Parts: sequence; C-alpha cells; structure tokens
Amino acid sequence: MTERFTGLRFAAKRLVGAVTVLLVLSVVLYALFYLVPGDPAQLACGERCNPAQVAQVRGQLGLDEPAYAQYLHFLQGVFAGRDYSTGTSLQHCAAPCLGLSHQNDQQVTALIVAGLPATTSLAIGALVVWLALGVGTGLLSALRRGGVTERVLTVLTLAGTGTPVFILGLLLLMAVCAYLRWLPFPSYVPLSQDPEQWAWNMLLPWLTLGLFESAKYARLTRSATLEVLAEDHIRTFRAYGVSERALVTRHALRGALPPVIALSALDLGQVMGGAMLTEQLFGLPGLGRLLVDSVRSVDLPVVVGVVLVIGTAVVIANAVADVLYALADRRVVLS
Amino acid sequence: MTPHQPTDPAAGTAEPLVEVRGLTVDFPMGEETVRAVDDLSFRLTAGQALGIVGESGSGKSTVAAALLGLHRGTGAHLTGTVRVGGIDVATAPVRELRRLRGGIAAMVFQDPLSSLDPYLPIGDQIAEVHRIHTPQVSRRDARQRAITVLDRVGIPDAARRSRSRPHEFSGGMRQRALIAMALACAPRVLVADEPTTALDVTVQAQILDLLHDLRAETGMGLVLVSHDLGVVASSVEDMLVMRGGRAVERGPVGTVLKFPRQPYTRELLAAVPRVEARRAPMAAASALSSASTGDVLLEAAEVRREFGRRKDRTVAVDGVSLTVARGETLGIVGESGSGKTTLGRMLVRLLEPSGGSVRYRGHELTGVHSDLQMVFQDPVSSLNPRRGIGESVADPLRAAGNLTDMEITRRARELLERVGLDPRWYHRYPHEFSGGQRQRVGIARALAPGPKLIVCDEPVSALDVSTQAQVLSLLAELQRDLGLALVLIAHDLAVVRQASDRVAVMRQGTVVEEGPADTVYDAPDNPYTKALLAAVPVLDPAEAALRREARRNGGGLLRASAG
Amino acid sequence: MAVQDVLAPGAGDPPAPGPAAGARGVWRRLRTRPSAVVAGAVLAALLLAALAAPLLTAVSGQDPYTYHDELVNSASGGAPHGAFGGISGTHWLGVEPGTGRDLFARLVYGARVSLLVAAGALLLQVLIGVSVGLAAALGNRWADQVLSRITDVMVALPMLVLAIALTTVVPEDFPRPLLLILVMGALNWGGTSRLVRAQTLTLRRLDFVAAARLGGSGPLRVVRREMLPSLAAPVITHAAILLPSNIVLEASLSFLGIGVKPPTPAWGQMLSTATTWFRADPMYVLLPSGLLFVTVLAFTVLGDAVRTALDPREASRLRVGTRKEKTRD
Repeated sequence: MTERFTGLRFAAKRLVGAVTVLLVLSVVLYALFYLVPGDPAQLACGERCNPAQVAQVRGQLGLDEPAYAQYLHFLQGVFAGRDYSTGTSLQHCAAPCLGLSHQNDQQVTALIVAGLPATTSLAIGALVVWLALGVGTGLLSALRRGGVTERVLTVLTLAGTGTPVFILGLLLLMAVCAYLRWLPFPSYVPLSQDPEQWAWNMLLPWLTLGLFESAKYARLTRSATLEVLAEDHIRTFRAYGVSERALVTRHALRGALPPVIALSALDLGQVMGGAMLTEQLFGLPGLGRLLVDSVRSVDLPVVVGVVLVIGTAVVIANAVADVLYALADRRVVLS
Repeated sequence: MTPHQPTDPAAGTAEPLVEVRGLTVDFPMGEETVRAVDDLSFRLTAGQALGIVGESGSGKSTVAAALLGLHRGTGAHLTGTVRVGGIDVATAPVRELRRLRGGIAAMVFQDPLSSLDPYLPIGDQIAEVHRIHTPQVSRRDARQRAITVLDRVGIPDAARRSRSRPHEFSGGMRQRALIAMALACAPRVLVADEPTTALDVTVQAQILDLLHDLRAETGMGLVLVSHDLGVVASSVEDMLVMRGGRAVERGPVGTVLKFPRQPYTRELLAAVPRVEARRAPMAAASALSSASTGDVLLEAAEVRREFGRRKDRTVAVDGVSLTVARGETLGIVGESGSGKTTLGRMLVRLLEPSGGSVRYRGHELTGVHSDLQMVFQDPVSSLNPRRGIGESVADPLRAAGNLTDMEITRRARELLERVGLDPRWYHRYPHEFSGGQRQRVGIARALAPGPKLIVCDEPVSALDVSTQAQVLSLLAELQRDLGLALVLIAHDLAVVRQASDRVAVMRQGTVVEEGPADTVYDAPDNPYTKALLAAVPVLDPAEAALRREARRNGGGLLRASAG
Repeated sequence: MAVQDVLAPGAGDPPAPGPAAGARGVWRRLRTRPSAVVAGAVLAALLLAALAAPLLTAVSGQDPYTYHDELVNSASGGAPHGAFGGISGTHWLGVEPGTGRDLFARLVYGARVSLLVAAGALLLQVLIGVSVGLAAALGNRWADQVLSRITDVMVALPMLVLAIALTTVVPEDFPRPLLLILVMGALNWGGTSRLVRAQTLTLRRLDFVAAARLGGSGPLRVVRREMLPSLAAPVITHAAILLPSNIVLEASLSFLGIGVKPPTPAWGQMLSTATTWFRADPMYVLLPSGLLFVTVLAFTVLGDAVRTALDPREASRLRVGTRKEKTRD
C-alpha cells in the first residue's frame, strides 16, 4: 500500500514539474520572439506597409501593450480563448488559442491540428520499426557476443548511427523508387481517405525514420544487456544451472528494458513534435514541415505555437518515460 | 528435501563427493598470465565440512568458483581435475554441468544484495532455480517449495515475504534467502564463498548457526571459503590454509589452530587480534599518564546529525557526548548503521553537526582544522588516482603555502619514510601499490599538517590480517613518538580492543556504553555490548561450540538486541 | 593485482608496475586499434584538406563560386554533360547540376564550414556544460534544483526545433557560421552538464576530496586540483560523441535551408538541392552524402576508441571470485 502511495506521489510530482517546465518555456519563447530584434508588427503587416498601417496592426494585435500584458493575453488565449479584430471584422479564437498566422490570418491551432495526422502516422509506424529492429538486433548481438554475428551487427549499427536521417532517406528513395521501382515516389494520402494507399505511401518514411533510430536502440539494448550480464546476480543464476539463453532473456533483458522503454517514450515525444527532416524529405504535411515553412516565412505566431506544442509533447513524453521507468524498475521510486 | 545420512568418517572406501587433484588456474591479464591457483589437491567426503582460509590473492575464491565450473568461457585456463559428485567439471557437457550446479553443489556468495536479481520477487527466483533441477514440478508447487525453504531459513512470514524484492530485505535476510535458494535444490554440498563477510558480527553469528543447523539436519557437505579464521574455526571440521594459490597447511581445525606447523600459519594466527586479550602494556603506559590527568583535547557535547528532509529524515547520530584527551586512543565500535562514521566525520568537521557542539581545546570548531586529521577506510578512494603519492602527501603543505617548493618535497619524502615507504616512490601512482601501502600513504598525508589528533575511520577493515597488524602497530608507534591522540572507529571488536585506551560502543546513533577498554570488554554492562561480544567468532572450535550452545539458549536476548 | 599484501615485515615490497597512466598510456592503447588508426587518418586527411582548401583549389584551377553554364545541359533542366556528373581533368569530381560550379571546390570549402561550426559549437557546449554541471553539483540545493531542471529541459527539447526557431529571430546580415556555433553551443550542452554533475557528485563523496579539505584546500582549490583532472576523461569521451552529432546537426540545418546561406557551400545544403537531382545526376547525391557519412563514421569510431582507451577496466572482468574479496562498508 505504501509503495503504491509513493508511486502516486512520484507521478504527481512529475506532473507538477512538467507544467512548470511548460510555463517557463512559454515565457522564454515569448520573450525571445516578441521582445528581441525586428518589429513583429512590421513582420505581421508585411514589407510594403507604411508606418500608419504598421501602427494600426500593432494596435490590433495588442503589440503596443507592455510585454507582461502581452504574455498574459497570450496565456488567456491559451486557456480561455480571445478575440482579434482584423480591421473591420472580429475573429474569435477558441480556447487553446495560440494566435493568428501572419501569413493568412488563419488560427495557429487550426494549422497545427491539420498537421497532426501526418506526424502521428509517421511517429507510430517508425516506433514499431525501431523497437522491433533495434531491440532485436541489440539482443541478438548480446546473445552472440564474441562471434561473427556480433561483429557484423556492431559494424552495421555503427554505420547506422553515423548516417544522418536525410542521407538514409535519400539513398532509400534513390534505390527503392528511382532504380528498383518497387514503390512509387511517396506522396501523403490521409488514412481516413484510403488506408491501403496511406500504408504504401508511408512505408518508406517509416523505414527511413525507423532504421535511423533503430541503430541507437540496438546499441542501447546491447550495452544495457551486457551491463546486466556482468552483474553479480547473473553469476548466482549461472551457478544454479540456469542456461545462458534464459540468463539473457529472463534476467538480463528485464534489467535492460527500462532504459529502452524510457528512451522510446522520449523519442516518441520528439518525433511527435515533428520529424522535420523526414517530413521535409518525403513531403509529409506534418508539424515539422509546418515549422520549417513558418520559419522560412518568419511567421512568428506559428513558430511559437508549434514549438510550444512540440514542447508539450516532449514534456509529457518525459513524464511518461519517468513513470514507466519507475514502474519497470521498482528500486527507483524507493531510492 | 533428500536427507543424506552423515557418512561414517571411517568409511574411507566411499567415493569422495569432491575431489580436486593438481588444480591450476591461470588468468590472462594483458600480455601476461596470473596464476591464481597452483597445483592444489583436496577431497571432501559426503557430509564433511572443509574450510579454505587465506588472505586476499590466495586464490581461495577461485577454487570455490572452479568447483562449479564457473570459469568456463571467462578465458581462465584450468589444468588438473575437479570432480564433484562423480562429474568431471572440466570436461562435462554443458547439460551435465548445469545439473551439477545447484543440484549437487550449490553456491552461496559473499554480497547478498548484488547476488540476487533486483527485479524479481525472491520467491520467484528460488522457484525458478528449483524448477531447473526438478522440471516435473509445477509453477505453483515450486512457489510453495520456495516458501517452505524461506521459512526453514528463518524468514518470518515467509509466504508474504516471498513476494518481496531483494532491496526490501535486510542484509542478513538476503543471505538467508540465498541459503534458502541453495536449500531448494537439495544439494549434496554447499559451497559458501565468504558468506558472512558483508554482514555485521551479530548477524554473522546467526548465519553461521543456521549453516550449522542445516548441515546437522540434511547431512550436506560444506566448503566454506573465508579470510576469517574465527569463522572457519566455528563452522568446519577440516581446514586448508592457502597462500599465493598453494596449499600451505591442512588438517583438523583444532589441530591447525592450536599447533600450526607451518611458519605462515603461525604468523597468520599471531596477526589475528584477539578480543579476549588485554592490550599490550607498552602503548598503554604513555597514554595513561596524560589521559588520567584529564587534559581534554577534543570534546563533543550532545552532537546530533540528521540526514534527509521532512519525511525522509533519519537520525544518524543522536546526542553523543564524548571527550578525547591528549595522547590517548578512544575506540568507537558499532555495527553498520550505528552512526560511528558520521560521528567521526563530525569530530573533524567534515560534516557539520545538526545540533550540539564540537570543541577543540575549549574553542568551538567552525570548520576543518589542521590539527585534526583523518585516515580513511577505503585505500582505493582515499587517494587521488591521478596524482603521485608524494604529491598527495605534499598537498596539505602546498595548501598551507608557507614553505618553498624544495622544502615541501623534502618534507613529503620524510613523511613517506616515516610511515615505512621508500621516498623514491614519490612519483609513483596509487594503483601501483597494495592496500596496506596505500593506507600508509593516507597516514603520511594525515601527518603532513602536524596534527594533534587523527580520526581513523575503519583504517584496517579493507586489509588482510597480517597487514592490519602492521598498520595498527605503525599507528601505535606514531602515537607514542608524536604524542598524537587517536580516535579509532571500527566494527571489529578485537581490533578496537587491541589499540584503545577507552572504548565507546555505539548503537543506532547513541553511545550505549563507554569506559576503559578492559572494563568494557571484560565486564560489559549493557546487554547490547554483551551480545556483540558473544557473537565474535573465536579461534577455539570447542569454545565456539559452547558459545553456539549459549546463543541457542539465550537466543532471545541476542535477536532482540541485534535488531 | 594491486590490493594484495604479502606477509612481510615492514612494507618494503616494491610496487608492481601497473598499466601506464596518463595521456601516454591512452595514446598507446589508441594506436593498437586498427579501426582507430584508420579513422584518425581519414579525419587528418579531411582536416588537412579543409585547412588547405584555397591551396587545393588553386592546384585544380577552380573555385567554388564560378558558374559554368557550358558544362550543364540546359535543355534537360541542367544535368551535367558527360559521365558521372561531368567528371573531367579540370573538374575532378564533376560539376554541380544546374549551375556547373566545380564540385570538388565546393566540397572542400564545405568541409571547412562543417568542421569549423562543429568544433566551435563543441567548445561552447563543453564550456557551458562543465560550468553548469559543476555549479549544480557544488552549489546549494536551490541552485542544483534550478540548474538541473533547466538542464532537463535542454536535454529533452528537440534541438533541431529550437535551433530552427532561434535562427528566425536573428537579423539576416548576422554571419551564419557564427550564428550556428552560438545556437548549437547554447542549446546542446545538457548532456555534458548532466554528466559533469553526476561525476562531480560521485567525486565529492570520495575520500580523497574529503582528505583535501582536511588538508586545508579551499573549495576552488579542491575543484581545480582534485575534481577537474578526474572529470577530463569522461568529458573528453562525451565530447568525442558530441562532435559528430554537431556535424550532423549543422548538415541538417543546412538541409532544411536554415543553415549556411548560399553561395557559401555546405554539405547539407548540397544534399538539399540534390533531392531534386537524384535521378538525373546520382553523383551529386552520392558525393556529399558519402563524404558526410565517412566523416561522421570516422568521428564515431574514433570516439568509441577513445572511450575504451580511457577506460582500461576490461581485463578485471575475467576474475570470477577474487574481485570483491573483503570489501566492507
């Protein structure tokens, strides 16, 4: 009973920490983007605006208010929604309001929601690939340690960690689509539109991102497994006649999995925030693409919004990783 | 359980349970090989108990591992034959070897925490091992069996505790669990490698008693590996003394300990501190002169120390008052968790007391003081591995900054020589030295600022007995020559008695008894002190049997006071 | 083994020769690993090429900025004339599709940017990481809490995202390589700081640090003389991993069009344009990606080797039983 209570308290503590981190992040972002060089009103209005127009925009966006008031309004927008007057008409921006895009006055929230399906598709599929491939390879090389298999796998994973994801993707594209012609050049088809086409078109992005990440997981699984295998309790079970295979799968793996699970949660959070390079390479209309586009067009509200959403995903993933880790390794909670 | 009848010792024709002939073990270390065991032979008939004794590096643990073929695949090179229960360990196929491990010979390791899987409930671990050796047993029955053996080794509420993980057990209970694991396989011989070295002396006595009872009950054999002659004396019938991988002497315990034939065995025995022996008068004389005059050097008044905050708060030291006079030695004994190390660190102000005060010559201490130095327990972590030993000794002199470079180097060399090291080793690194030598460096460093008092925190607990004696006599000599006051903190009651004028016994953060060493040891007042003294293993097997009997009868007292 | 006393009067037994300590031992262990030697040679060649880029291009008679319209087939969209992306005696590695700029010159100059940015950022990362880590470990509870939480955020947040976001708020005319160094340096120090904090906390508990305090060393002296030397090995190991990741990050930013501005050449930027050329001119993909791959791989292999060379513990694992004899605490 006490253990469960400790676990709950641990989770609650993490949650409070996560919210704090997000608030701090939002302040920092806000300060950075709205208070550092360049005039946001000028940016919002466009290059050709005359001073009078800029001043008008400044008033509409509330940029003439003091910094803290702007931030409070921003927070108010996030939690309660706010209204924007665009010259003549009044636009209501509902609860999680992250502002309006400078480009087309679209709501940032809407833009982000539009990017979510592609990003989620990519993240989940890649997760499956990297877990299966990474953990499998890592375990195999731990089981066959000292052999040829291990050496080959080590070289492969080393090469894998050395390859930037866009090179991997480019080479795959070249090989699979341009030369072998096994797949058409991928173009995103929403899952809701045509599940089969969706899967075929996502195959290459999944493989690219999954392969890229799996090298890291193979190394982690292998080193964590070997680390546990070197511990004293393994010697105990060996001295009681437990077979080598059972030592690895039953005892070493149990110790090696918590870091793998924790890292998976973290990486999932990161990828959910947009695997920019992969999305860019394969033309997936996800969050990462949205961010890159908005950065290129200096669309500050969108940049802030996307970064905040990514931050949220990462912070949640972090908290989940901690809790998972604590669940998998009971010693953490108590120490 | 399959009980084996204790074999009649006269039945010499029976095949020995364990037979080791001409065993040699080499470990490759870089380009060269290290011979850990050199042409060793011994045999053990069923039901017999053999103790293997030696200092570190004698190869005794390597022998224990070789009995179960644990060197396979580690790169170690074995020659000679090892037969256990009729199986040739070196040549047996893996399947056969796995049957041997646990089924015929089961091993109990030194460190009970790291020897159990931290992620699995203890009952499951025992059940898993049990099922390997009796595959026809169902999961449920294997669990039941685990509970039975846990109950047998004295784990209270075994059914519930079998679901706990190792970190929820105390050190003694973990060692009981490991023994239960061995028991679950009903082996014919138990190989115990330093089974009590990581345990407190009262817990050690309980574990040794348990092993004794189990042997009487099941008739299994025992190979007990230990550095501690007292542990061996009270647990086995025959013993084998090892040194540098070779057998030096063997025979019945009583004979070897009473009438050792080999000079090495004699030296070893002479070096073992005896808890019943009074201190040599030589050192005591000088101390008495000043201690009795009451020239107080250091005084601790009601010092307290807490760790952690709010709910996690633990009290390590709870209102301890004591004084150290000039030139005397105050011994502080206690088991792990008694707060003795915390107290020692507060005396030199490495730790700030949460309450109370420490006064040096009547002045309240506010920080570290060059007159108060310390010698640490661990000879490995107490020296900076990246600095030559001479520079380590010179460091306090450099920090003081009132000597020239030449003077500093010369002084450091003098100090090295003073503690029995060659001053030419000034530029050598710590890893090139043995534990005893490193401890000497630590003493030289403590001497460098010209202290009046040195707190020695378990200065010899990581050393072999022969080295222990040398380091202790060095400390006594320095004390005499320099008029130092010493605070000697140790868990080993015999070591403390050998070196102290006065003794304080600590338990759970408080001093339960304090007084002149001989009074405390010969006529203890406090029941805890009595229990501690009763648990110390003695070198006489007959005396050991008597004490075991006494513990069994007065067991309530011991268990209650040992917590 | 070291902790092994023999029964001898006094302590006169001479010390056994141990493994060579210090930088020389590390160097010797590195040299015996063929993979490390190869990786080192590759990196040395690359570094040399980057340093001597003007010299090399002078020898080849080309520069990275001149357009050669005559060398590309403008009818087919700009693919280079000739086999393998237009490789010839004057253009050793062919020319860039579309513009006809000399590829060899662009690659060598690109190496300069990559290595400069990666090394500059590394310096900044290690500097910030070590300072923050030390401050967190040695400061009071509040300092530790604050710094550790900031470090957590730095580690968790996707660096690429923040780097991209940060580059938006900087004026156009700010020198890009410097900006990349600053951004990467300011964002990617979390790992170093965590490592340093953990190591320092461990070190602080060691007895030789306590002994130094008793010997009269002040806090700064303890840090300088006892801690920093022991921190060097783990920090160097970590830096060896950071460097290739910096190269990848720089290339990624350039790939996304947010790194070094054209016409200054950069590998990632070439790959970015190569995405549209891989059917017409595969050499244009393979050359920069191959170079990037080899560089990162060489750094990774070398980093691995450095780690093992700095950590000579392997052999002790062999001994089954004797390792932990008589350790009591």
